[in-house]
Amino acid sequence: MAERELKKRSTAARESEEAAEETPGASAAGQKLKEELDDLLDEIDEVLEENAEEFVRNYVQKGGE
Amino acid sequence: MAVPKVCGIETEYGIHHVGGDNPVVSSSLLVNAYVTDLTRAGWDFEDESPGNDARGFTREGAMPPEVETHLVNAVLTNGARYYVDHAHPELSTPECADPLEALRYDKAGEEVLRRSMRSVARLLPSGQKIVVYKNNSDGKGNSYGTHENYLMDRALPFAKLADLVTSHFVTRQIYTGAGKVGSEASSGRDVVYQLSQRAEFFEEEVGLETTLKRPIVNTRDEPHADPKRFRRFHVIVGDANLAEVATFLKIGTTALVLALIEDDALGGVDVRLANPVRAIRQVSYDLSLAEPLELRDGSRATALELQWELHDLAAKYAEDRGLACLGDEQVGRMVMERWEQVLHGLETDPASVASQVDWAAKLQLVEGYRERHGISWDDHRLAAVDLQYHDLRPERSLFQRLGTERLVSDEDVISAVSEPPKRTRAYFRGECLRRFPASVASANWDSLVFDLGSGPLRRVPMMDPLRGTEEHTGELLAGSSSPAELLTRLSA
Repeated sequence: MAERELKKRSTAARESEEAAEETPGASAAGQKLKEELDDLLDEIDEVLEENAEEFVRNYVQKGGE
Repeated sequence: MAVPKVCGIETEYGIHHVGGDNPVVSSSLLVNAYVTDLTRAGWDFEDESPGNDARGFTREGAMPPEVETHLVNAVLTNGARYYVDHAHPELSTPECADPLEALRYDKAGEEVLRRSMRSVARLLPSGQKIVVYKNNSDGKGNSYGTHENYLMDRALPFAKLADLVTSHFVTRQIYTGAGKVGSEASSGRDVVYQLSQRAEFFEEEVGLETTLKRPIVNTRDEPHADPKRFRRFHVIVGDANLAEVATFLKIGTTALVLALIEDDALGGVDVRLANPVRAIRQVSYDLSLAEPLELRDGSRATALELQWELHDLAAKYAEDRGLACLGDEQVGRMVMERWEQVLHGLETDPASVASQVDWAAKLQLVEGYRERHGISWDDHRLAAVDLQYHDLRPERSLFQRLGTERLVSDEDVISAVSEPPKRTRAYFRGECLRRFPASVASANWDSLVFDLGSGPLRRVPMMDPLRGTEEHTGELLAGSSSPAELLTRLSA
């Protein structure tokens, strides 16, 4: 029990250490994704199969493995 | 020292045949169409490489499909197996030497399925089409699998392995989950979105089943290698990932945790869960990632905290012993960096890892769509968005349009469609099929059988996944002008 609490503290400590040095690559990728998401949402109805209800209903698989 | 974690991924793809009614037949058509087109391409290609065919061997891109109880089974020149399993097309990657290579061959598998869709489209009557999805559930309670395989030391007692790896399987979902709108289990009645496609289909901790009463740890013991030295640890609990970072981390962190267990490097830290079957659902249903799980020692910790514990143990292990167990030190370091980054991203803001983690990417898409249209969570359009995230057709794939982060280049993926990995026995299998297709009577994971036209069939066993590499057999193959010469030199 005590050990687990110690671990939690070390996680919290790491968080404050690293929060400052946010990786620029990751946030740039996040921003790019956000823009692409907006673009995609603008055109998504053209990409989506026409009759969503029927499309979803007809997708039936046999279990596998 | 841990056995190098040779690894591979088997994916059962979802298949929808508009105008068809038998998924077994549709799957066979799809796989056959690909293999037939490859053979044709092989003939065309023949004229362009005169040096390769001085002895009248047909050049084919794959072994002729073998029809067993109407099911197709082909082995490809990249060392992969492409076949029909139950009612799904399935592709097993070749044995890969490290997690980055496993990612590359997993992506090459997607490319094989895309090419198959194009091939079969030319054969179908007008009005019909076959569409393939890389997901694990039809949203109606039917699940199909994505399985991982890792080479393990036979000396490690299985009970110890099962006991320790379970916590990783339950908690890794926070970055390996492919995301799902809604729930298919009674336990998830109020769930509108969850991390994993597969989690709620697991009902046991340990067992042999894969289709009923699915266990978190599967006990199938089929090593496809020397059974005295090796075990093939067969993992059935994962989701199929499209995001490259997710696939890379799924394989990389699991291989590393397995090495830790093999080398007894958990240092007395007890991460075992009180009730893994309950916990795997809890984690999948908890989008806040904040719900604590009960541990066997009576304490509580979140999935994120347990992942940090495993990460820290792996970091210590890497410092003490290096990461050769992952097949490549540099790839091993990349696993550690990515693991830390994704855990940090998840605890800061899950949206920040949307370009790396499928469930987070899909959630953004579904949330965005819901807000724009002001629709409720049970609207069919959200289920359609979910399904189409996994659609492999380039013009329909929502995943592809999201532009998530890449770890492998298109060129490397394309070459992996036809060329085998160089650092495992898949090299020998793939190269023999490429050079001498007419003389390979059958190809299996642990053997090749040659038919030289006269005399008995000759079997070449490959009981060690780390032999038969380019280093071991490259010169031998290059210097053999016929399969007969190859066999003579092999037995010399």
